[in-house]
Amino acid sequence: MKKTSLAAGGGILLSSLPVSSSAYAAANDVINVAVVGCGGRGTGAANQALNADEGVKIVALADLFRDRLDDCYNTLTQAHPDGDRIDVPEEHKFVGFDGYKNAIELADVVILATTPGYRPAHFEEAVRQGKHVFMEKPLGTSADGVRRILQAGREAEQKNLNVVVGLQRHYQTNYHEALKHVHDNKIGKITAGQVYWNSAGVWVRERQPDQTELEYQNRNWYYFNWLCGDHILEQHIHNIDVANWFIGEYPVSAQGMGGREVRTGKDHGQIYDHHFVEFTYPSGAVIASQCRHQPDTFSRVAEHFQGTYGTLEVDSSNKALIKDHDGVVLYDHDGMNDPNPYQVEHDKLFAAIRNGDVISDTENGAKATLSAIMGRMATYSGQVITWDQAINAQDKMVPDNMTWDTPPPVMPDENGNYPVPKPGITSVLGEESTVSRG
Amino acid sequence: MKSFKFVRKLPNLSILLLCMVLPFFLLSCKGTEVQTVSTPNQSTEQEQSVSEPVSSMEISEYTADIPGSEEEIEMVLVPGGTYDMGPFQDSGTYEVKVDSFWIGKYEITWDEYNLFRNEMLEDIRSQVYKNLYGVDIDSDAVSSPTLTEEALDLLRDNDIPADIISLPSPPYSDVTAGMGTNGFPAVSMTHYSAFMFTKWLTVKTGDFYRLPTEAEWEYACRAANSNSYEPIKNQSELNEHAWYRGNSNRKYHQPGTKEPNPLGIYDMLGNVAEWTFDQYHEDYTSILEHNPADNPYFKPTELYPRAVRGGSWMDSAEAVSCIQRRGSDPSWKMRDPQLPKSLWWHTNAPFVGLRVVRPINEPSSVDEMEEYWIEAIQDYN
Repeated sequence: MKKTSLAAGGGILLSSLPVSSSAYAAANDVINVAVVGCGGRGTGAANQALNADEGVKIVALADLFRDRLDDCYNTLTQAHPDGDRIDVPEEHKFVGFDGYKNAIELADVVILATTPGYRPAHFEEAVRQGKHVFMEKPLGTSADGVRRILQAGREAEQKNLNVVVGLQRHYQTNYHEALKHVHDNKIGKITAGQVYWNSAGVWVRERQPDQTELEYQNRNWYYFNWLCGDHILEQHIHNIDVANWFIGEYPVSAQGMGGREVRTGKDHGQIYDHHFVEFTYPSGAVIASQCRHQPDTFSRVAEHFQGTYGTLEVDSSNKALIKDHDGVVLYDHDGMNDPNPYQVEHDKLFAAIRNGDVISDTENGAKATLSAIMGRMATYSGQVITWDQAINAQDKMVPDNMTWDTPPPVMPDENGNYPVPKPGITSVLGEESTVSRG
Repeated sequence: MKSFKFVRKLPNLSILLLCMVLPFFLLSCKGTEVQTVSTPNQSTEQEQSVSEPVSSMEISEYTADIPGSEEEIEMVLVPGGTYDMGPFQDSGTYEVKVDSFWIGKYEITWDEYNLFRNEMLEDIRSQVYKNLYGVDIDSDAVSSPTLTEEALDLLRDNDIPADIISLPSPPYSDVTAGMGTNGFPAVSMTHYSAFMFTKWLTVKTGDFYRLPTEAEWEYACRAANSNSYEPIKNQSELNEHAWYRGNSNRKYHQPGTKEPNPLGIYDMLGNVAEWTFDQYHEDYTSILEHNPADNPYFKPTELYPRAVRGGSWMDSAEAVSCIQRRGSDPSWKMRDPQLPKSLWWHTNAPFVGLRVVRPINEPSSVDEMEEYWIEAIQDYN
């Protein structure tokens, strides 16, 4: 299953020139990769980088927690037992809030896969140091973070840096085939759609007796807004992004509702277990977006669109089904042998680095992030939120220059419960703007 | 200090037998249907002892309640015999002997599988020690996510493995592919997860359940018929028995909505493909021993491939037969974004499910059961 043929021949000695100085790597240069954020996803992305290009070496790891870092190192060593492709001496293992800076220094390409709240700071640093980037979605948890990402993204483009964002549907064959048919006008103009991430939910990491509040929140990060941004952002961003992509616009406004009915325990922090949002686009298209984390309920992760001529159903399990309004099938994608989109992301990234091409996913990634945040602002506040309000929100959530002594941005009450947003009461745009109650 | 007390495990089936000797009990035994009994001299045996060994009784059908739920699993007897397994690709047939067993009349549904998914580790753990090993552990010792040191010591002293059961983590994405849950067949679970489901069912019911071996599965599919196998070639006849690509409308269906086979077992062909017990060996017949092979199975030692039978809603008509074989593949977890990949869920296999069997000759001890259990293997693909 592993690709081994990218470098010419198996026995060639790889030279070790820094590729970022020229933003171009000759076919047999070593490409040094650092992983910032060593959870399951960071480890998976590192594996895909290794499989994408035989010249890739993992040279540095950074994580808040030593045990997570060690798990990543051990897993990568298991997956790539031969040779010295996992070349991370003890002094290149960085634990704590600041380790990312050191890890980035050692690399030509950095994988940013920490909890999303930290992404803006990490991306800024990678761009400042002139490194190519693979970064996971979402690109932040607040409008403040999105603005920082957009700014750093412009700098990355000036430096000809490759930036691939882990919205992997953009690297998935059935989506591209479906989009071709949309551009061929098979379904006409998209007027409406429904996008879904309805599932049972994700892991919970219970509080351990020896943890500080800040460590607990970082371990159980999914349930804290400053770190995760709620599941409408952390997962459902994929489906909202597809709506933006296929319509070819970003939404002008969002309004919706949400709450928590089932997932209401102390270890469930602050986030909702369901959101339902209407996104309105400049063209007039309206997308109904639903995301739910409730066990034993109807599950669906997919995107459906209705156009003036027909309908399209597409999903991450390689489906793309186009019908006219009489139900006649116009296109039915056979995705049995489609490649792994997570692998394609890295294949394209490293090929672009080798070839001197530039991939710039930052702006769309940032705007997809903002779209989902706008939906969250709508469900938390119960108000209509416009794009302009969202992008200008004064909503900084992640403290600068964090240490283990930094007070967490949110604290539990005397019973151990965290504040949960309340529609009609919660304000989401910050002190400097107001929400229309029209 | 005394956290253990030894209790004698009462075989569940004795309750069933009791229902048979005392017919007026029938009504009070909710969910237990007993239709025929094939063993001669049964009444005298039953009168002598209600805990008569299971092997002497061949009840043609029964219903297993899953305690603590409304769910039940209907089981059908497959009387043992000898048949020519196959034909296999390139290697003809092979004579195989299979002992009697009960098999699920239907594929396991989400309603049943979700009981396992939603089980609490601290609850099931005490049941494991009690139902399998006959020991009561202080509930405090097992109620937290991690066992206490004291409990671990006691388990060690009594030679009981601490990690006898584990439970699924949440899947990354929608494992139903939007095809529905209530009443629909469970899919996308890994072979390890399907194995653990049968272990969980064993703990819950007190009876030994496992996946069918390939030899058992094929024999049940052929309705215990020892004649040479003729696949259903006629399209309309296949339509009566199976959901496959030609009629499934691109999704799985509720089990039992097509015609059963002559033993009354539904959806052996199509709907969801089914996990078997075995490691998948392309050269199955060449590694069998003896002739006939005696209840053959190949315990999995490698993560891939493992044997799947029956074909599914996604497969063509030719792939929906009692003899079609398939091995699992790492690509079935293609869209798992993490490493190591999930022990519990496939991302690209919404076509594979399971049904359970219970052998008439149950293992007589936990030690014997352990022969049929497998260890988790991390997936670094």
